[in-house]
Amino acid sequence: MSVATQDTAVSTGRATRVLIYLILLLFALFYLLPLYVMGVNSLKPLEEITGGNMMALPGQWTLDPWRQAWSTAQIGVEPTGLKPYFLNSILMVVPAVAISTIVGALNGYVLTKWRFRGDTWVFGLMLFSCFIPFQIVLIPMAVVLGKLGLAGSVPGLILVHVVYGIGFTTLYFRNYYASFPTELIRAAQIDGAGFFRIFWRILLPVSGPIAVVSVIWQFTNIWNDFLFGVSFGGTSQPMTVALNNLVQSSTGVKEYNVHFAGAILAALPTLVVYIVAGRYFVRGLMAGSVKG
Amino acid sequence: MAATEADFRTRLQDWLPKLVLAPSFAVTLLFVYGFILFTVVLSFTGSKMLPKFDWVGFENYGKLFALPAWSTAIANIAIFATLYIVICTLIGLMLAIFLDQKIRGEGMLRPIYLYPMALSFIVTGTAWKWFLDPGIGLQRIMQQWGWESFTFTWIKDGDMAIYTIVIAAVWQTSGFVMAMFLAGLRGIDNEILKAAQIDGASNWQLYRRIVIPLLRPAFLSAFVILSHLAIKSYDLVIALTGGGPGRATEMPATFMYSYTFTRNQMGIGASSAVIMLMTIAAIMVPYLYAELKEKKA
Repeated sequence: MSVATQDTAVSTGRATRVLIYLILLLFALFYLLPLYVMGVNSLKPLEEITGGNMMALPGQWTLDPWRQAWSTAQIGVEPTGLKPYFLNSILMVVPAVAISTIVGALNGYVLTKWRFRGDTWVFGLMLFSCFIPFQIVLIPMAVVLGKLGLAGSVPGLILVHVVYGIGFTTLYFRNYYASFPTELIRAAQIDGAGFFRIFWRILLPVSGPIAVVSVIWQFTNIWNDFLFGVSFGGTSQPMTVALNNLVQSSTGVKEYNVHFAGAILAALPTLVVYIVAGRYFVRGLMAGSVKG
Repeated sequence: MAATEADFRTRLQDWLPKLVLAPSFAVTLLFVYGFILFTVVLSFTGSKMLPKFDWVGFENYGKLFALPAWSTAIANIAIFATLYIVICTLIGLMLAIFLDQKIRGEGMLRPIYLYPMALSFIVTGTAWKWFLDPGIGLQRIMQQWGWESFTFTWIKDGDMAIYTIVIAAVWQTSGFVMAMFLAGLRGIDNEILKAAQIDGASNWQLYRRIVIPLLRPAFLSAFVILSHLAIKSYDLVIALTGGGPGRATEMPATFMYSYTFTRNQMGIGASSAVIMLMTIAAIMVPYLYAELKEKKA
């Protein structure tokens, strides 16, 4: 990464450097520990967890916990496994991310290149909505979703996530477009290009980095959401709610290995996105927030 | 005719940007500010299972602050938020400063520090719940490794359970704070540091007197993001302790949910949500105002 070349000019002695490396490695172990625990124990038979040591590698490797978590584990009252909930999450996340990102891009475009009186206020009001505790909207949202006939449905959850996601996507695109030279827009306007044409031909082609940020941000937030899912999910609960039901179920033997496999399944999509595109995310986020 | 059509088109072009923005703005006004108003109004009514509009004044707020569960929630959020913000900031700053010392393998370490941020709090909660469980987790691991007297039962202990939530939450977000500080550090002009070194400043002085003051914006952003995450913390508590043992780890977010949706005390639930909003607004509004004003200038 390009930033890695800008290390500090501060120089340190040998003993200090050894200590620094040691601390950095210890923290790396701390961050990896839960992932190791989940991974190793999801591949063991249950007796090896209840009768053995959690840190030990499996004596007998097995994929059964994964199969159970995916297709036969008891979630609530039905032995369906996490599969249907995984599909719910996909069906919810894809449209919600797409819609909120497109809307955010258009909003950012208007707020930077077609400024009008009071636009800072409009943006300020939208921005504050990113930071409200969602508890303040739970009750009226439940009422409105019920009136719209969307309670307990995937479209209902999509609506909720789009509504409370556009503040952030607008923020990202606005900050990004703010540094794009407005003269180019004016020049295109004089040449007769209209509102959408300018957006499509001039801004969209350079929006890659911030679109990545917006998509990753929205994807992780929506996939990982629990509060809206548990409040409005009804029969279309997302993966996080199902995982919690699996882990908290009070009946029968606690199948830790299945819980761990389920947790990894719930984490997999966001982890994959992070591994594939994480560095673009950090780079884009920092470019946006530092420069403003 | 042609003239009016052209006229119409220019006028449409003038209005188009506002038309594009209007739906988002309307949605924000309705679903955010309208809903806030609705909840505020509800908090002054005697609503139980469903919204009702019988005005009761400040009765719910009086009841709320008389409830032991709410006092527990307030005490817990104070402990949790303070420790979470302070520890995340310290660890984040330390890791960022260390990673900034021309470290070999930085490219490997950074993603390891950052990946927990990609996980759901439910996943984090599940992992730590079983890892901290005395029966199968850390306590047993240590005992099996030969440290027979080792005990770690915080998660089952009403006085200590809140600290397990701090551990899991710090694990999840401290890497992200590191990234924010690292970006700040990389933005500092090396010439300033070199000049101070020539003047004979020690490394400690260099960081304390020059670098850390220059990181002020990063400190502020970290504080705002962390306090916002702390007050919203619902998922992690549910997954890790379920608010227990007993009600030992009740937080405002879990209190609001249980009073509104399971105990059918909607008026009290609404009033607790209003208190949460006011707390966040007290932190966010000055920050956002300053940010927007700065950018305008």
